[in-house]
Amino acid sequence: MSENDTDPDHQLRVSKIRNGTVIDHLTAGQALNVLSIVGIDGESGETVSLGMNVPSDRFGAKDIVKVEGRELSQDEVDVLSLISPHATINIIRDYEVVEKHRVERPTEVSGVLACPNSRCITNADEPIRARFDVLSEGNGVRCAYCETILEENIAAHIP
Amino acid sequence: MRQDHLLTTKQLSRGDIEAVLDHAAEVADDPAAFRERHAGKLLALCFFEPSTRTKMSFEAAIKRLGGDVVDMGPVEMSSVKKGESLADTVRVVEGYADALVLRHPSQGAAKMAAEFVDVPLLNAGDGAGHHPTQTLLDLYTIRENAGLDGLKIGVMGDLKYGRTVHSLAYALTNFDAEMHFVAPESLRLPDPVRYDLQAADADVYEHEEVDDVLGELDVLYVTRIQRERFPDENEYQRVAGRYQIDAETLEAARDDLTVMHPLPRVDEIAPDVDETEHATYFEQAHNAVPVRMALLDLLL
Repeated sequence: MSENDTDPDHQLRVSKIRNGTVIDHLTAGQALNVLSIVGIDGESGETVSLGMNVPSDRFGAKDIVKVEGRELSQDEVDVLSLISPHATINIIRDYEVVEKHRVERPTEVSGVLACPNSRCITNADEPIRARFDVLSEGNGVRCAYCETILEENIAAHIP
Repeated sequence: MRQDHLLTTKQLSRGDIEAVLDHAAEVADDPAAFRERHAGKLLALCFFEPSTRTKMSFEAAIKRLGGDVVDMGPVEMSSVKKGESLADTVRVVEGYADALVLRHPSQGAAKMAAEFVDVPLLNAGDGAGHHPTQTLLDLYTIRENAGLDGLKIGVMGDLKYGRTVHSLAYALTNFDAEMHFVAPESLRLPDPVRYDLQAADADVYEHEEVDDVLGELDVLYVTRIQRERFPDENEYQRVAGRYQIDAETLEAARDDLTVMHPLPRVDEIAPDVDETEHATYFEQAHNAVPVRMALLDLLL
């Protein structure tokens, strides 16, 4: 683990939380996409802190997101692996880290990405959510309906 | 979701395909034996895009099996015009029939529709996606004329938007087939199909000119450059007309070359080819009835 990762001053710089979730080691520049994916837009009132392009010995730079008062489930965070494969999740209770784990690649993601194929049925006015299978090789995903493959800049397809 | 929907040829094994083709041969040998096989059965036809061959041959097939059709009719005359979703349409129609045939302009439409119905659903074309029942009659025609193993097939024309091409390519991965795809750069196989063929370790070659490979082929499968699939009229105009064959072109081919086309053709096969021994596209179109009869007989 890098110096920055354990430095308490660094933790304080993006505010320490009492209960909630810290999503750390995010790919630099992805914090806002992460909030979008996990459905946090500030409207439900939780305190959210985020640091972008924070210096990191291991990655050069990283983003951090801290969400007060909400524990994100594994299913909710695994989808982050598509845009930030090295992310770690810390569940905080009474200022202590009680759980720490890495994101894992899910087998499919639903309702997170929009299919870029304008002729895909998911872009018609139908009662379905766009669903993508996660390819076992590489970092790509594939639309479960029209089979379009996304391999690069997946975050650009977050609606 | 039920397992007997036919959505794509990717779901078919060699055994599945051969079962349908063998049964189609039995039907073709003695169609009268199947005349009352499915009396009282109804097949729903939901065509959201124009069709002559697919729709009429499905209708002929179920009627020759003793059944009948309920036809949604033109989209302009249906509740789709009032804004009804495809999901609602198929949920309503499944109550009227024993199986449902769907053609729709959106890719993935059949996959989605199948999630909403409990009767078998047959994909009769979903945009530029798949057309599995066309492939079954194509394979039947190839088997009758050239054989499916040790096959060298050229597929020419609109490989990007041509759903019959995609379905045929997937199906041929089950056989010992060497596939030669002939198209301009802008109409080459789309990435998802390319990805799957590579994953299946298919024997695939790509060419820009048919002359590069014509002399080696057992079968040449020609497709129409489809104007309606082009988002851009200029792109259509640039490539249309470049991939045409006539009797003179075929002088470089083997005598036993089988020329196929899913039809309708525009001008990619000149009328003078019709008079040659190569022309097999009308036989191919006629094979639609026994093949679809066989498929329905196995399904219903």
